Amino acid sequence: MKSFNEKFAEVVFLIIAFSALSVLALITVFIFIEGLPIIARVGIFNFVFGMTWSPSHGEFGIFPMVIGSVAVTLGAAILGVPVALCCSIFLAEFAPAKISNLIRPAIQLLAGIPSVVYGFWGLVFIVPIIRNYLGGPGLSILAGSVILAIMILPTVISISEVSLLSLPRLYKEGAFALGATHWQTIRSVLMPAAKSGIVAGIILGIGRAIGETMAVIMVLGNAVAIPLSILDPARTLTTSIGIEMGYASGEHREALFATGIVLLIIIMILNSIAQYAARKR
Amino acid sequence: MMDDLKLKSNPGVNLKTEAVNLYYGRFQALRGITISIPHRSITAIIGPSGCGKSTLLRIFNRMNDLIPGVRVEGKVELDGASIYEKNTDVVALRKKVGMVFQKPNPFPMSVLDNIAFGPRQHGVKRAAELEGIVEQSLRQVGLWEEVKDILMQPALSLSAGQQQLLCIARVLAVGPEVILMDEPCSALDPDATLRIEDLMRDLAQDYTIVIVTHNMEQAARISDMSAFIMMEEDKAGVLVEYSPTAQLFSNPKDKRTDDYITGRFG
Ligand SMILES: Nc1ncnc2c1ncn2[C@@H]1O[C@H](COP(=O)(O)OP(=O)(O)OP(=O)(O)O)[C@@H](O)[C@H]1O
Ligand SMILES: [Mg+2]
Repeated sequence: MKSFNEKFAEVVFLIIAFSALSVLALITVFIFIEGLPIIARVGIFNFVFGMTWSPSHGEFGIFPMVIGSVAVTLGAAILGVPVALCCSIFLAEFAPAKISNLIRPAIQLLAGIPSVVYGFWGLVFIVPIIRNYLGGPGLSILAGSVILAIMILPTVISISEVSLLSLPRLYKEGAFALGATHWQTIRSVLMPAAKSGIVAGIILGIGRAIGETMAVIMVLGNAVAIPLSILDPARTLTTSIGIEMGYASGEHREALFATGIVLLIIIMILNSIAQYAARKR
Repeated sequence: MMDDLKLKSNPGVNLKTEAVNLYYGRFQALRGITISIPHRSITAIIGPSGCGKSTLLRIFNRMNDLIPGVRVEGKVELDGASIYEKNTDVVALRKKVGMVFQKPNPFPMSVLDNIAFGPRQHGVKRAAELEGIVEQSLRQVGLWEEVKDILMQPALSLSAGQQQLLCIARVLAVGPEVILMDEPCSALDPDATLRIEDLMRDLAQDYTIVIVTHNMEQAARISDMSAFIMMEEDKAGVLVEYSPTAQLFSNPKDKRTDDYITGRFG
């Protein structure tokens, strides 16, 4: 028999756990209630694939923002993932304990920097470099991608490193004993064996990039047009909400909530893929 | 102690150590190990837990190199050539001296990819050639008939005994001279153990096998030579006796060997 105290503690914890869950449910329900009517009126296809976003004229097409989000996120993945993988391989396989104990907290620190600081740094450092050396206004997809690439590093690095470190020692020993070099072992045994964890890390990083708002608002230029090059300004789903929510009302406000629905669904899909990948062994 | 047995630069000697000391950092794990392992035979290394059997085995393919702070003193020779030189090609050494581990450790890939792993890393690219090697190695360990239809399935779906045979085949695929086995049967059931023992007797026609085992019946059953290692006061392992197996088990020269094989300690 459990004592009364134990029972009591159990119930309290259950209630707290459920309240966390209910907050999630509350937010989701709220966003859907606010956003669904406009989607119903405009039509899901016209909403997501509509080319014109002009709330004052009653036109609510978010396709330019969808393109903006996809482009910036893809850019961040292309720039960030290879760096992150090299970093995690270095930490897991090559770095002596002294060095990895220095680098690991430093990378975790990256995760702790407020995103507005990233944005500010991007604005005064990355944007001018792009403007001066590559042309265009500088406020651009490229600038957003660079900032986001840095911001996803901690997620991708730590998850990849953990999946490499958690592999059985015997894989490595087996490969070495067959005469494989360290690099051959990493490439042909360790990376494939840790693939599911690494993929999960990358997808979580991408989810983080898609959801980021503040840092990209400051460096992206926020033009509502389909960008034609990575040096063009763009606007993402998140920045669209962030910029306009302050003054929007009526249908306009609903359309921003509907944008939130689209974002929520994208992130939910990404998270489920990440969980699926991580579980597959 | 065993100078009478030392096969001095005999062409029949495959592996040889002379006065080898091994240190893990400041801790000395082996002291003064001098042993000559003959060609195409089975040599068993026995001794109590922690006496340095695995450590000695891993000297022969330089697997100890993976552990930071390991230092080896003395001479270790394969076919008369020292393998602890600055310019020793460790990859070439490990191709000649393969290793099978205590726990079967197939890679998380298909049966075929496991066997083809070594040859691929060493530059064999042609599919036909690889397939030939795979079939030949699996036949050598007597696993071909069982797995020829499931070559593309994950090796981890095989039984433990089959996995260990696969690991032996994976070593054979690289074309070794010597096969080191560190308690290869300790994770297997009696049937699988018998199967591996039979295989070892077969393989000893063509390969030099060095096996570490906890199981003294196993050592007595299958080996030609037996080496008994024991810890001294400071925990460093020394080679107490090295003799033909029949002699070591029936008529040990050293009192400590006698105590160990009759079960008085260890
Ligand atoms: N990586 C290591 N670092 C430090 N000491 C080690 C290391 N590996 C082994 N040792 C020590 O060296 C000694 C010999 O170990 P070894 O594994 O060779 O023994 P063993 O005879 O194979 O034992 P077992 O029968 O348990 O497998 C032990 O005292 C062990 O604690
Ligand atoms: Mg051992």
